[in-house]
Amino acid sequence: MAELVYDKDGRLLFTKEMKEEYTILMPQMLPVHFGMFRQLLVLEGYKVDMLNTNHRGIIDEGLKYVHNDTCYPALLVIGQLIDAIKNGGYDSHKVALFITQTGGGCRASNYIHLLRKALEKAGLEFVPVISVNLSGLEKNPGFSLTLPLIRKLIYGMMYGDLLVNAANQVRPYELTAGDTDRMLDHWQSKLIDSFQAGRGMSRKQMRANFDAILADFETIPVSHEEKVRVGVVGEIYVKFSPLGNNNLEDFLLSEGAEPVVPGLTDFMIFKIFNREVDVNIYGGLWVKKKFCQIFKGYIEACQKDMIAALKKTRFRAPGTFEGMHKLVQGYLGDGNKMGEGWLLTGEMLELIHSGVPNIVCTQPFGCLPNHIVGKGMIRRLKDDYPNSNIVAIDYDPGATKINQENRIKLMLANAKALAKQEKGKELVGADV
Amino acid sequence: MILRVGIDIGSTTVKVVVMDEDNKLLFRSYERHYSKARERACETLRSIEDMLSGKDVRLVVTGSAGLGVAKAAGLDFVQEVYATAAAVNTYIPDTDAVIELGGEDAKIIFFGGALEERMNGSCAGGTGAFIDQMATLMNVTVNELDELSLKHEKIYPIASRCGVFAKSDIQPILNQGGRKEDVAASIFQAVVDQTVAGLTQGRELKGKLVFLGGPLHFLMGLRERFVDTLQLDEAHAIFPEDGDCFAAMGAALCASDYEARPFDDLLRLLEESRGATSVVDTMPPLFENQADYDAFTARHNASTPPQLDINTYVGNAYLGIDSGSTTAKIVLIAPDGGLLYTYYHSNLGNPVALVLEQLKEIYKLCGDRIKIRGSAVTGYGEDLIKNAFSCDLGLVETVAHYRAAAHFNPDVDFIIDIGGQDMKCFKIRNGAVDSIMLNEACSSGCGSFIETFAKALGYDIADFAKLGLFTQKPVNLGSRCTVFMNSSVKQAQKDGASVEDISAGLSISIVKNAIYKVIRAASADDLGRHIVVQGGTFHNDAVLRAFEQELGRDVTRPTIAGIMGAFGAALAARDLKLERSTLLSESALQSFSHSAKPVACNLCTNHCSLTVNTFDGGRRFISGNRCSRPLGKEKVELPDLYRYKYEKLRAMEGKGFGNGSRGRIGLPFGLNMYENLPFWFELFTRLNFEVVLSPESSRKLYIKGQRTIPSDTVCYPAKLLHGHVEALVDAGVDAIFYPCMSYNFDEKSSDNNYNCPVVAYYPELLAANMPDLKKTRFLNPYAGLHRPRDYERIGSQWFADTFGIPRKEAVNAIRAAYQAYDRYKEDVHHTGQQYIDEARKKGLPIIVLAGRPYHIDPEINHGINDLITSFGFVLISEDAVAFHESYAPRKVLNQWTFQARMYNAARYVCEQSDMQLVQLVSFGCGTDAITGDEMRSILEQGGKLYTQLKIDDISNLGAVKIRIRSLMAAMEERRRHDN
Repeated sequence: MAELVYDKDGRLLFTKEMKEEYTILMPQMLPVHFGMFRQLLVLEGYKVDMLNTNHRGIIDEGLKYVHNDTCYPALLVIGQLIDAIKNGGYDSHKVALFITQTGGGCRASNYIHLLRKALEKAGLEFVPVISVNLSGLEKNPGFSLTLPLIRKLIYGMMYGDLLVNAANQVRPYELTAGDTDRMLDHWQSKLIDSFQAGRGMSRKQMRANFDAILADFETIPVSHEEKVRVGVVGEIYVKFSPLGNNNLEDFLLSEGAEPVVPGLTDFMIFKIFNREVDVNIYGGLWVKKKFCQIFKGYIEACQKDMIAALKKTRFRAPGTFEGMHKLVQGYLGDGNKMGEGWLLTGEMLELIHSGVPNIVCTQPFGCLPNHIVGKGMIRRLKDDYPNSNIVAIDYDPGATKINQENRIKLMLANAKALAKQEKGKELVGADV
Repeated sequence: MILRVGIDIGSTTVKVVVMDEDNKLLFRSYERHYSKARERACETLRSIEDMLSGKDVRLVVTGSAGLGVAKAAGLDFVQEVYATAAAVNTYIPDTDAVIELGGEDAKIIFFGGALEERMNGSCAGGTGAFIDQMATLMNVTVNELDELSLKHEKIYPIASRCGVFAKSDIQPILNQGGRKEDVAASIFQAVVDQTVAGLTQGRELKGKLVFLGGPLHFLMGLRERFVDTLQLDEAHAIFPEDGDCFAAMGAALCASDYEARPFDDLLRLLEESRGATSVVDTMPPLFENQADYDAFTARHNASTPPQLDINTYVGNAYLGIDSGSTTAKIVLIAPDGGLLYTYYHSNLGNPVALVLEQLKEIYKLCGDRIKIRGSAVTGYGEDLIKNAFSCDLGLVETVAHYRAAAHFNPDVDFIIDIGGQDMKCFKIRNGAVDSIMLNEACSSGCGSFIETFAKALGYDIADFAKLGLFTQKPVNLGSRCTVFMNSSVKQAQKDGASVEDISAGLSISIVKNAIYKVIRAASADDLGRHIVVQGGTFHNDAVLRAFEQELGRDVTRPTIAGIMGAFGAALAARDLKLERSTLLSESALQSFSHSAKPVACNLCTNHCSLTVNTFDGGRRFISGNRCSRPLGKEKVELPDLYRYKYEKLRAMEGKGFGNGSRGRIGLPFGLNMYENLPFWFELFTRLNFEVVLSPESSRKLYIKGQRTIPSDTVCYPAKLLHGHVEALVDAGVDAIFYPCMSYNFDEKSSDNNYNCPVVAYYPELLAANMPDLKKTRFLNPYAGLHRPRDYERIGSQWFADTFGIPRKEAVNAIRAAYQAYDRYKEDVHHTGQQYIDEARKKGLPIIVLAGRPYHIDPEINHGINDLITSFGFVLISEDAVAFHESYAPRKVLNQWTFQARMYNAARYVCEQSDMQLVQLVSFGCGTDAITGDEMRSILEQGGKLYTQLKIDDISNLGAVKIRIRSLMAAMEERRRHDN
């Protein structure tokens, strides 16, 4: 059995022996993306399990081990991990945990520490926690994010964004229920098989795959009824995770709306761009800035591939990061970087500009950055775009679904009325 | 002709209307449903079967509880705000805005231009249910509350954000003798403030306003508050005749868009959808069977004091009074602790009258046989009762409870007391009270909470609690604050949970709230081996059982659990060993009189709301004060670094050494400006600007900017900024400067040097939400003061671009500004040291009051610094001692500069025998969810006590006093133990 090794500050390390013996548990935020990340890590020789659990017990574990006023995502992620160790049929002495660490002035940077505190409280202090970060925050001998691995993960993210984007545009209209999800599954396993064979990991191959994926999705028979499109933005975890947002996308679908969920890529570019901005507005090394620019340029190029692929089809394509950055000028400064920072407002602007003025802005109750960039900007957006129809929904262990759904329903009722109004205007215009 | 039916199922009522084709009402009803919404709706429909049976109708359901009903029954549904808007459009077409209050919702709809609708968020209790709760609290009906309010003379400030907060504001006012009439009006005012502040969010309420919903329909006092606050005349404040049914009428109007169906089919659908249970989230039962329950009761009934007969007993006796927040408890004991007399009753909002009546009764029973040799009082109303009846001793609740618990279990190491309004938990270590935990105002899942639910469901509390004992599937309601709990219960009911399941679920949720939220324990061992539980709420067997189940450990509940405070006070009175008691004699009680008058103190900027109680014989008691000045005593000024810093910063205004020729620059005095002002003042005056500070914070200033606050859950220090900035606009400055700062100064004592997101970016929020800022020049550049060399370059460029100031001049000014900031810091360190030396010379204890720099604002800390020094402490701020410690790894990511100071201050305090630390936490502060636990562990590992004071826009100094006095008592015990 692997020995427990600590660093000089007393942090339990994930050792090379552990890599052989331990199963690493990974919380889930985006089913498609994270499924692919998992597979890529397995190819690197890690034993990784992704947690798909979704039940009340997770929240109870979280409430028990995490300060109850801490943000909801921390409570859920930590609750999910501890619940899995206790009830998931694992040998608790042979598991390790993955958790992401973003760095930055938001409380989220503290998740890893809160997780360790929680493990200690639960008598599980012997379980190593592996930080997944791009800031070089914590290092472990048994795990490293090498450059080739990072590159693969970026591809995984691009595929994830494209698949989810296409699926979201087909699912509400599919004639045979389940077609879209079957296609998603098909492509996920197909991509994973090709990763295993070492294919699909160059821009050229990715572009070809993009075209093939979209062509396949286009074959799914769909109806041509008109549906209200609803944008979903917010704090990254509750925006994406069905566990965090009480299955928001399913609810929107059941209400006859088409959810439009901006992808993960912009968030990644945003986080890299922030480092560049820091040098611009506060001073710093140009080398650092240059490095960030190159890294960012690479992902942006991949994003442009994705947009180009979508533009060739009947699907709507998202805008570029650059385009969004332009839209947000005059609303928030580039320096607004904690949490989702200006990106959140940028996403709302992009949605409005692309004909999706109906938006659910999700946040954990009491989310600090969202006071500013979410709720704080809705007034201004309403002034500038009177047809914008944004509802802010708080998520926390105490918020009930019924309360949230009622507010979303109000937004949907407004959306339908607005659509009617717009149509009325068009008709009047036609008469003249 | 096809009739249209609208059914509005709200959280507490069902409204049904029937409408003909000319939009005329043929039928309307408004009824409470006591959580049996579906049944109620069916009954109403059946009552009008004559009119509708055999016909096709268009029927649409609306309302917050209607969604579930409609879904289950397969009926058409429209959202209620949307329905209301439709009704207003039809009946009152030239409306500018609608304010609608319902049972648990508050809504504003703006017409004109784009339709804009707002609903209260999930944390907002200023609604009908809130008014119900407040009426329960004051022991009047809602109608009586309304009548009372119309006779008010003054309005007390009451927290308007959340019902639970308001409760803890009202309680002290009542207990200290505030007039019910004034409190009633203040409750309505709180609802108005809540609605206006929480929902307008920058859009002004003007023009013709329509008021709808049950509360606004029935409560004249509430109408009056709205009309007064919004300064409306009759033409602009419309209260329509059917204002309570507008949403239902709207639903009927919207029904035109839906298919007509046979009425009898619809009624059948609604009836058949009843009773479909789908509650998945249930928990194990409390008791499997009667035998379990019997064994349980027998075990707990063993802890009981001897019962003596007051009618035959001869000898000495001791009186203990616990004037609690909602109840009064009185005991009379013999020297061995035997009970002669006990009394437990709701204080009916007037504790003095109640105690008076009881004392008369006790004297009568005592006759000449029993002599009262000592009397002591504890609880919220301690001061009032002590002064009213000349009791011998007043003692803080925690100490009283410990005395009582130790009487039953001398080894007790953990006590938890859940009363009507508050929850107290504390550990006992080496015979001294250690580590005190009180519930925060936002999570008071206490006795009155379950009582309010019982009443709402139409039960008496005792019966309600028993209901849950044997249910096989208690519903899991989680652990959360009352306001949230309402909607959880609503959801459980929707899912078909029975009253029994809910009763048990509520008991369990109280326990979970106590263990996980208040105590923050993960296991029984975090509490202790010998746990004594007390407080009225533990008389509830369901709560007691749930507590034992959750901990997996048996605990002691004395049979007198509800009167332990009074019992402890009586024991303390006994231990005074007095020859004679000062308690008012039987004859003195005959001429007892009491009147209470509200007064605003004008002796300083705190403007405390005082209540002057006058008793017969000229005895007076003033409450609500923070310092001793209104009592006619000279204020004892012990060194107070909060005051020192505040005065020093306030003085940084004007032209300094410059000539002011470049114009007047306004600096809002809030958030990080409390730290950076020395820097900016020097910088701007050096550049020949005149610095204009926004006025001192006050509630008035807060209200001034309140309507532009977009997020009602942000902290109070941030909310105040709106008023500050508006005041600067009014002052006509040439520009307002308020920079964004992601980074704070790097003090090399933490992993990173961030500001919290709110501090960092609030200027951008102000720019987007304050229309007034268009009238001035608002400058909010990103400033990186943490890199002095770079800032010289970048900052001077900014001044060149913005004001055309020569680079060289700006560089020099920036250099001078850094020096000025360093001087300020050194001065704080130096003065802090002086104060410490002074305290040591005089042998005074020192409290380090640790918070953020802006916590020195008297409007934010509500004069807590005055209160602390009035108890004989010298007060130092965290930044005056933090610098003694250098970087050390923490168990959390130590990434915020201000917060890092608190950790280091705590570490320093651990090394000083005469210092204790008290942490100030603003409600809604996200970072303190992280620092709180860390501070506690630093201090407890260092052998210190951890005390946290939560503060918000309203102060509940009662709770603060309990904590500080408990801290003092604990320090005292420790000292005794050490000697």
